[in-house]
Amino acid sequence: MTAAFSPPAAPPEWRRWLTEYLGLVAALGLLILFFSLATRHFFSADTFRTIANQIPAVMLVATGMTLVLIVAEIDLSVGSVLGFCGAVLGVALTHWQWPLWAGLTAAMATGVVCGLFNGAVSVRWRLPSFIVTLGMMEMARGGAHAVTKSQTQYIGSAIEGIAGTAVLGLTLPFLLALLVVVAAQVTLSHAVFGRHLFAVGANEQAARLSGIDPRRVKVIVFVISGALVALAAIIDTSRFQSANPNAGSGLELQAIAAAVIGGTSLMGGRGSVVRTLFGVLIIAVLNSGLAAVGAKDEIKRLVTGAVIVAAVIVDYYRQRLGKGRV
Amino acid sequence: MKHLILPQTLSLAGLALLLPLLSGCKPAAPQSADGTGRPRVALIMKSLANEFFLTMENGAKAHQQARADRYELIANGIKDELDVSRQIDLVEQMIAQRVNAIVIAPADSKALVPVCKKAQQAGITVVNIDNKFDDAVLAASGVKFPFVGPDNRKGARAVGEYLAAKLQRGDKVMIVEGAPNAFNGIQRKLGFEDAMKAAGMNIVSSQSGYWETDKAAQVVAAVATEHRDLKAVLCANDSMALGAVAALRAAGRLDRTYIVGFDNIAAARELLKEGRLLATADQHGDQLAVFGIEYALEMLKGAAAPADRETPVDLITAESLTAR
Repeated sequence: MTAAFSPPAAPPEWRRWLTEYLGLVAALGLLILFFSLATRHFFSADTFRTIANQIPAVMLVATGMTLVLIVAEIDLSVGSVLGFCGAVLGVALTHWQWPLWAGLTAAMATGVVCGLFNGAVSVRWRLPSFIVTLGMMEMARGGAHAVTKSQTQYIGSAIEGIAGTAVLGLTLPFLLALLVVVAAQVTLSHAVFGRHLFAVGANEQAARLSGIDPRRVKVIVFVISGALVALAAIIDTSRFQSANPNAGSGLELQAIAAAVIGGTSLMGGRGSVVRTLFGVLIIAVLNSGLAAVGAKDEIKRLVTGAVIVAAVIVDYYRQRLGKGRV
Repeated sequence: MKHLILPQTLSLAGLALLLPLLSGCKPAAPQSADGTGRPRVALIMKSLANEFFLTMENGAKAHQQARADRYELIANGIKDELDVSRQIDLVEQMIAQRVNAIVIAPADSKALVPVCKKAQQAGITVVNIDNKFDDAVLAASGVKFPFVGPDNRKGARAVGEYLAAKLQRGDKVMIVEGAPNAFNGIQRKLGFEDAMKAAGMNIVSSQSGYWETDKAAQVVAAVATEHRDLKAVLCANDSMALGAVAALRAAGRLDRTYIVGFDNIAAARELLKEGRLLATADQHGDQLAVFGIEYALEMLKGAAAPADRETPVDLITAESLTAR
């Protein structure tokens, strides 16, 4: 992972940045402006600290999801696996009385094994990952309920340190998630492995002929997704100081929505982790703002859905602008 | 590098690692008639993914095991509370199995009425527990099923009144509701409102947390930022109260905001002891199904015309926990 990669046709740098981020920054800015005018205290350090405190888990899961989507696969099991990893951590610390490091290791191992299963099974039998991860979605949720006996595990202050530690006003999980996003983006844009992901997602056959092993790439990507989900589970378990076997339900759709708002293609071969982060931020600001306004539940769902569709339409024009065809 | 990963070996290893975890789940096979003349009672539960309903089912199973000579129990549940069609299928299967009585916690208070009417017409005694059938739909279908269960509104009001005694008139409070279509959630919200309005509190926001910890945390954090002088958060279940605790802890306001919940799950008892939760309510989940089964058995013996029966809801506080 040392060789640098230079893009084939290089439009002027300013234009690339503009088409890449302008739409998302503008959308985010508009949302913040709207909610700042609609409420008294939305535009405050408290709100942004709160959002920074809430999103690390989604950031990590959406980052993994973006990588999986880039190789033209999908991971529907992330929400359930998050519940499962949290459940293992919770039970390890309470019932089994394990030390913290052992519990964290067990949670990480659970996520990695689930990711390995997803990747290996879909590659070995050439099954659509939609089906395999749908199966894993059920299995992991079953596992979460089996280990916890369907009871929320209260852990208490033993695990408070992870989410409670703050550096420069930002929590440790937020900084960690930010680090993961940066590392993933650098890998995608500048490392050989990153280029392999795009190659496999865009055209698996061509990638194979040029000497890339798509099966290996896909298994690695699913394992990364599983590991990031486990990390997210640890963060959420620490934040709530408890492990709920139903945690993470619907998270897969949230992660896919964030990636899609950020312009990642469900067909593979196209995506950016930084843009996914903007997708996460847009959804988080929307949720937080609608709750601050006290919007009715049906309005919340209508608005959130409409924003997702609007973002995809905007992305259509962004791509045309990027190709100089407006 | 090419042979770094051997997918076949890995997937087998993955399976082997997962198997012990899965072996904890046992399929609930329906039992067949044994010809001893014991009445067969079918218990049809809501979401088995929910701690509360699992407690309810386990209570019923323990009750049956202690009285195996009196009746036979066939317990079934659905995966989650939204899987209404699956629950309708279950009732139809129980009719086909010719059970003597069906004790049901309907996932939907309207959609389950027609199939339960069919059961009644087939001569099966139907008892409604936990979530009451919609009165208007019952009237329109011309059927009646006795309801055995708690008054959620009354329970929530008791929790709210205990909280109100700690607050000043005019204090700002917020309510975190359950899923918008859940009858018990609506009743709890109404009970909270009754208590807060009677004590002259200012309800600044009432939003759904969908029974979930993380959704509740999101809503509470946003409202707490908007209302810096928020004094209390009333949550329609304990999982959401855990979310409220996390949100207010992150905002550094846990020590000046009261939080109350509902259900008395194990995690909530820990929070009560630590003083982070002020109160919750216990509707004796382990006994709810048992009350329904007992009632069905009475009806099968031909006693008592069907009438609703209220089960107790108790206020749980740190003091009441130590008093036990």
